[in-house]
Amino acid sequence: VESKDADKTLVVHQLKAWDAQAVTEVIEFRGETTVVVPREHLLRAAAYLASEPSLHFSFLSDITTVDRFPLEPRFEVNYHLLSLDRKERLRLKVRLGGSDPSVHSVTEIWPTANWHERENYDLMGIRFEGHPELSRILMPDDWEGYPQRKDYPVEGYR
Amino acid sequence: MSTTIETVAGSANTMVLNMGPQHPSTHGVLRVVLELDGEIVLKARPVIGYLHTGIEKNMEAKTYSQAITMTDRIDYLAPLSNNLCYCLAVEKILGIEIPKRAQYIRVLLTEMTRIASHLVWLGTHAIDLGAMSVFLYTFREREEIMKIFEYVSGQRMMTSYFRIGGIALEPPPNWLDHIRRVIDALPAHIDEYEGLLTNNRIWLGRTKGVGIISAEDAIAMGASGPMLRGSGVPYDIRKAFPYSSYEEFDFDVQTQTAGDCFARYQVRVAEIRESIKIVRQAMEKVPAEGPIKATAPGIIAPSREEMKSSIEGLIYHFKIYTEGFAPPPGEVYQAIESPRGELGFFVSSDGSAHPYRVKVRAPSFINLQTLPKLCEGRLIADVVACIGTTDIVLGEVDR
Repeated sequence: VESKDADKTLVVHQLKAWDAQAVTEVIEFRGETTVVVPREHLLRAAAYLASEPSLHFSFLSDITTVDRFPLEPRFEVNYHLLSLDRKERLRLKVRLGGSDPSVHSVTEIWPTANWHERENYDLMGIRFEGHPELSRILMPDDWEGYPQRKDYPVEGYR
Repeated sequence: MSTTIETVAGSANTMVLNMGPQHPSTHGVLRVVLELDGEIVLKARPVIGYLHTGIEKNMEAKTYSQAITMTDRIDYLAPLSNNLCYCLAVEKILGIEIPKRAQYIRVLLTEMTRIASHLVWLGTHAIDLGAMSVFLYTFREREEIMKIFEYVSGQRMMTSYFRIGGIALEPPPNWLDHIRRVIDALPAHIDEYEGLLTNNRIWLGRTKGVGIISAEDAIAMGASGPMLRGSGVPYDIRKAFPYSSYEEFDFDVQTQTAGDCFARYQVRVAEIRESIKIVRQAMEKVPAEGPIKATAPGIIAPSREEMKSSIEGLIYHFKIYTEGFAPPPGEVYQAIESPRGELGFFVSSDGSAHPYRVKVRAPSFINLQTLPKLCEGRLIADVVACIGTTDIVLGEVDR
C-alpha cells in the first residue's frame, strides 16, 4: 500500500490553497507525487496547473488508464504533467466508476491530449466529453469491446 | 482508424488521396489521407494502427523479466533505449541501486543506439528526398554498430541486453576496442554526410523553411526530442531528469531555432557528435571489472557459479525463473531521452509477479500528431519531407 504523506511538495500545497475541494488524496511513492482529483474538478484543476505562472505545467506527457476490475471505482485515468522550466513532474489521477467512465476532455488546455484521449477511448472505453473527434485510433472502427480492459482476454475472443 | 475524411473545401473542388499504408516514404505502415487542391495539401490526416499488436496488453500476461523481450519490439530501431527505460521503471518500483559499472555500460550502449538510430533516420530521410548515396553510407556505418551489439549481447536488433537490476552478461573481451575502432572512424564519416547534404542546394531547397513548427505549438502538441529542440526548446531528459548517471557526463543539448526540417536535421547530426563524446567518456569510466548486477536476493538471479554451489542460490534461481518476483504495489512513470524524444514507461504494480499495467509513452506516436501542422498548406512533395523529419517508427506508434 502506498504511503500517504500529504503536503510534501509545493505544488500540492498550492493546489490545496487554491481549492481544497479539488484534492481528495495525495500519494507519494518513490519520489513521485500523485494528486487524486474528483472528476468534476479535473478541467478546472488542469487549467489552473497549466496557466498559473508559478507552476506552469505546460507539457502533458501522457494519459494512461488503469483498469481495477472488479473493484469500484473501476478506472483510474492518470495525467502525467511536466513543467519544462521548473523541471518537475506531477501525476493527476481521476477515479471513474465502471458504469459511467467519462471525464471532461483536456484538449482545450493541452492540444496533445487529442490522440492520448482517443487511445484511452479506443483501448479502455473512457469517454472524454468535449473531445473534438472521439473515435478509435489503433483498432478498426467496427471493433467491438475495449481490448486493454482487464475483463477482455489477452488472446481475444475467438 | 477511420477510412474517410471530412473535406475542408468540399469534394467538388478538391481530391482526396490516400498515401500509404504501403508507400515507401512512410517508413512502415503509416497511412496519410490527404485532401489536395492541385499540388497543395489542404488537410492531412494520419491514419495509424496497422501495426498494433497489443504489446502493452501482452506485457500484463508476462512476468516482469519476460516483458523485457516485448520492449525490444516497440521501437525496433532503438531496442536498447526501450530496454533501459522499462528496466529503470521496474527498478524504481523495486527501489534497488544499480552498480556504477552497469550504469556506465548502459549509457555507453544507449548512446551507440542513438547513433545507430540517427544514422537510419538520416539515410532514409535523405533517400526520401532523392539523395541516394547518403543512405548507402549511413547504413554502412550502422552495420558496424549492429556488429558491436551482436558481439556484446548476441543479437543485432532484439538485444534484451539490459535486465532488471543490471545487464544480462559480462561484456566479451576487447569489446571496448571494437567500439573505439567504430567511434574513431565516425566523425570523418559524419563530415562526409554533411559534405553531401548541408550545403547542397537541392537538400536546402527541400528542407529549409519546410514543415515549420513554433516552440509554443511544439510544446502544446507534446512534441519531444529533436522535434522540440529543433524549435529552440532545450529540453533533454538526460539533463533535466538525469538517469543512469548521465549527470556525470559532459555534453551539450543541441538546439536550433528555425523549427523547420533543416533545423531538425542539424539537431540530429549534432546529436550524433554529442553521443560520440558521451561514448568516449563512458569508455574511460567503465571499470574493467566489477559487478554488473545489483545485489537483491529473490529479485536478481544469482550467478551461475552461485546457483551451482549454494542451496540458496539454487532456490532463488528456480523461483525467479519459474514464478518471477513480486515488487511492492505502486505506480511509477519513468522517462528517458530516446533517439525520438521522451520515451516513458508507466508501470503499475499490484504486488504480484506480473505487471498490472504497462503503458508506453511513445514519442513517435505523439510526434506524429504534429504532421498535419507541419504539412498543411504546403506541396504534396513536402509531406514526404515532413514524415521523414518526424522520425517515426511505426512499431512504436502502434505498439
